[in-house]
Amino acid sequence: MHLEITDLNRVFVGKRGSVVALKNINMHIETGEFVCAVGASGSGKSTLLRLIAGLDTPTSGTINVDGQRVTGPGADRGMVFQHYSLFPWMTVRQNVEFGLKLQGCSQKERFDTASYYLDVVGLINFSEAYPRELSGGMKQRVAIARSLACHPKVLLMDEPFGALDIQTKERMHEYLIDIWQRLQCSILMITHDVEEAVFLAQRVYVLSSRPGTIQRELTINLPGDEETPKNRTYKIKREPEFFKYSDEISSLLRGRETEETEAIAS
Amino acid sequence: MASSTAGLRPRRKKNPLSFIYSPKVIRPAVAIAVLLVVWQILCSGEGSNLPSPVQVLEQTYPLILNPFFDNGGTDKGLGIQIFASLTRVAVGFSAAAVVGIALGILIGSSKFMYDALDPIFQVLRTIPPLAWLPIALAALQEAEPSAIFVIFITAIWPIVINTTVGAQQVPQDYRNVSRVLKLSKSQYFFNILFPAAVPYIFTGLRIGIGLSWLAIVAAEMLIGGVGIGFFIWDAYNSSLISEIIIALIYVGIVGLLLDRFIAFLESLVVPAEQK
Repeated sequence: MHLEITDLNRVFVGKRGSVVALKNINMHIETGEFVCAVGASGSGKSTLLRLIAGLDTPTSGTINVDGQRVTGPGADRGMVFQHYSLFPWMTVRQNVEFGLKLQGCSQKERFDTASYYLDVVGLINFSEAYPRELSGGMKQRVAIARSLACHPKVLLMDEPFGALDIQTKERMHEYLIDIWQRLQCSILMITHDVEEAVFLAQRVYVLSSRPGTIQRELTINLPGDEETPKNRTYKIKREPEFFKYSDEISSLLRGRETEETEAIAS
Repeated sequence: MASSTAGLRPRRKKNPLSFIYSPKVIRPAVAIAVLLVVWQILCSGEGSNLPSPVQVLEQTYPLILNPFFDNGGTDKGLGIQIFASLTRVAVGFSAAAVVGIALGILIGSSKFMYDALDPIFQVLRTIPPLAWLPIALAALQEAEPSAIFVIFITAIWPIVINTTVGAQQVPQDYRNVSRVLKLSKSQYFFNILFPAAVPYIFTGLRIGIGLSWLAIVAAEMLIGGVGIGFFIWDAYNSSLISEIIIALIYVGIVGLLLDRFIAFLESLVVPAEQK
């Protein structure tokens, strides 16, 4: 057991009553596993990620990383944000080195680590560029390198490719699968994109909306998964298994949506 | 690419003065020429109150040719006059920059201080610079520090207000990143808050230096002594209208150069690719 979430609840208390954002969340991520949580807007998925990152505190329940209870933010949970959160006044390399610098790594160690991860994300030739000079996809790759450089136990990703066009997004998916297989890291990614979740994850949690609860947990087995390294390329999107998983998740998400639209219509 | 075209067509040697033919030079040059001609026509009639451009040149060429003469008292060249004014601006503006940036960051990063101080600043910033001069004279008893105080109080508001906005607009994602990386208060300040606010600070500095230059000319008219403001006032009292006109042109050019200077500093601190 690596990341374990037990009976997690988060209630936001506002002036006009309280809103249950997350209710009875139980989930776990094994070491080296790639897990996606899929949910429509309002499913509290970003809240979930913020809780794991320690940026927010749960109303009740616990989050443990390697048996250690999460009480605040820490570099053991690397976070890739939805919007590009690179610092525009630092070069790509300085951005990646920043976390290491704060941890007190020597200059050489910093340089080597940053070079390694920039190489992993395929941007070593852009290490002296400023974020402004990069495309959206490249910025997110730098953000991934920055998070990985601090050697997190788990990489948390909050809809990291939500702002990218579809072609870039698909390329990023293949990049991410590649990085994950090479580094054997644990990843929890939040998304509303069903195909993204099925394509990337080994396991998918489907979240319902208002309140956010776990509706279903699915283990994804696609043809080629038994090979090492796993052979997930975009051809897999034409396989019947891929459709089966996508349909199942979509209908779970849509079930709630139709109820809502009917309620609005009546 | 350059080598392939060079092979096809012998490259003509570029004339180093070819920029003179660019529209960016020709257009304003024509506009200035037209303006001068109109001015010449309007002011060359009998009994005109203002001199024509030709008269201005005739009457002031000793001043233009010899900017650094010093006959004692306030009878000094235009270069010395402007230098005196610039010195006052430099002292007052530097103090305003230091205090203004510090205040702005304090207010921008603390909701409490913002709520407490912003209303006061919003009132104070609307007070015209010269209205501060009497109170400064009363408090400081001397002309020189009073003039510098006027510059200080004129330049500080845009610096404070823009720095405040700069500190307030630090994106939530930057703050989240800094929390994930567990930055201490001072690390956050130097690594994130300050660099994120720098472009805003420079906007404030540019507005501030412009206002300082506007204020110093007016303040010097009242306090006297060496300085371009009093030079203009003195010239008016002596009915040397041509000298006023030449001084105004100098004031305009120096104001432009001051603005360009701050923009240049900004380009050193914040290169274009970082914005």
